[in-house]
Amino acid sequence: MQFGIFTVGDVTVDPTTGREPTEHERIKAMVAIAVKAEEVGLDVFATGEHHNPPFVPSSPTTLLGHIAARTERLLLSTSTTLITTNDPVKIAEDYAMLQHLADGRVDLMMGRGNTGPVYPWFGQDIRNGIPLAIENYDLLHRLWREDVVDWKGRFRTPLQSFTSTPRPLDGVPPFVWHGSIRSPEIAEQAAYYGDGFFANHIFWPAEHTQRMVGLYRQRFAHYGHGTPEQAIVGLGGQVFLRRNSQDAVREFRPYFDNAPVYGHGPSLEEFTRETPLTVGSPQQVIDRTLGFREYVGDYQRQLFLVDHAGLPLKTVLEQLDLLGEEVVPVLRKEFDALRPAHVPEAPTHASLLAARDAAAMDAVR
Amino acid sequence: MSTRTLAVVSAGLSQPSSTRLLADQLAAAARDELVRRGAQVELRVIELRDHAHDVVNHLLTGFPPAPLREALDAVAAADGVVAVTPIFNASYNGLYKSFFDVLDDRALVDKPVLIGATGGTARHSLALEHAVRPMFAYLRAVVVPTAVFAAGEDWSGGGPDGALRGRVLRAGAELADQVDRRPPATGPADPFALTTDFAQLLGRRDD
Repeated sequence: MQFGIFTVGDVTVDPTTGREPTEHERIKAMVAIAVKAEEVGLDVFATGEHHNPPFVPSSPTTLLGHIAARTERLLLSTSTTLITTNDPVKIAEDYAMLQHLADGRVDLMMGRGNTGPVYPWFGQDIRNGIPLAIENYDLLHRLWREDVVDWKGRFRTPLQSFTSTPRPLDGVPPFVWHGSIRSPEIAEQAAYYGDGFFANHIFWPAEHTQRMVGLYRQRFAHYGHGTPEQAIVGLGGQVFLRRNSQDAVREFRPYFDNAPVYGHGPSLEEFTRETPLTVGSPQQVIDRTLGFREYVGDYQRQLFLVDHAGLPLKTVLEQLDLLGEEVVPVLRKEFDALRPAHVPEAPTHASLLAARDAAAMDAVR
Repeated sequence: MSTRTLAVVSAGLSQPSSTRLLADQLAAAARDELVRRGAQVELRVIELRDHAHDVVNHLLTGFPPAPLREALDAVAAADGVVAVTPIFNASYNGLYKSFFDVLDDRALVDKPVLIGATGGTARHSLALEHAVRPMFAYLRAVVVPTAVFAAGEDWSGGGPDGALRGRVLRAGAELADQVDRRPPATGPADPFALTTDFAQLLGRRDD
């Protein structure tokens, strides 16, 4: 099982000091967080993509390319790549390039983006969100698998004899996840292609995640990619840890109460009860996280949100220490012991390459 | 004998509340008429005051805490709705509006709704027609013709045979008639139900 972190890349005032980091500080902090993630033994770093303040990561492959050069094992991913407003041709090129530079340590997660005004800045309209996600991804999927593409669709100019360069590393496209909070069409899309499905699992109650993952698993089997248990599932999650749970609650409360997304609404206690947010000791985070499996089944990737709402870099790095030293080793062992043999790990470049070569050998025989 | 359900939504803020009193009278009138027509009736009363914090939390977080979700589902699953608000500043109060703002916008389509309101004087009575009824029209509810406004004078002078009583009975009968004409409600729409398959999404119906 893979463990990692995902970032939104928000620039938010620290409510305890009133200090707002500069964009430069925030961008450098994201790099420091990613490098630290590898140091403490996490597997994945994923960055959001946004084109409006207060968010900084508008250019994910620039950020991930830089991190690729400063890490050796860390898998680089996105949370999410905007399949609606980006040209699928540019996504195909950018992420294939990144895949070469990172020696295959790349996958990505498709998402739509939910901010209406962003769409027209890129020539699109949010009312076409789902049709854009469907058409653009179908083209992206072909661009990585067919050397020469002739294509005509509704949302971009047609392509004639187009070859996206560079070709994917070893001819193996990056693995793709599709992220969604509540759109069944996206679970259906992930299932159709046999891609991964990633449930945000932060803002909504567990039963929403359970329904979405259940739908994805059932449709994954329907489209012939394996049994429902073999579908590739990722979950988000949100934690704040201190060795002593009262310290965690006391320290996190002002960040929670003032958080841009849910601040000034439910209490920390209510939100912890209603959503997967866990604020407490490493053991509490372990127990809660192991419980996710009970409603989504055995899954392949767990990403935590740890660097938002104005938390200072020093605190975030301490969170990573606790995750790496006390939480993830236990989760890794426990989840692996529980997972039946027929449930696969999340695909990586190495496993996809091996699978392709094995299939080629079978074809020769 | 079929069982019909009526959701009774009251946005009254005081305890006891004249808004709740009017809601109960309207619900009883509709229930009595449905019973007379041979139905069993189940009333589900939703005091919005009990859900006030959850309604705001839903506005801020995008999802309903469990007790509010039950209330929203009860409205969506009801065969008919009685929805009563005090009039504040010439319109429904904010709690009433916010509750219907967080209700799924398809939940009231073709659902019979009886609207009522309370206020200090009868000068507020047309708020039902210029504010409350248009909101339900937007939601494509079937709002019965008689909307009932109760002012202070209705409670003090009306008595059991007063003019308010007559309006309540007429409105309740209208709601019962609309409920009676329809098959039982099917409940809240499943937001996770897949209504199409991928070939249709891709626009390739031929493969």
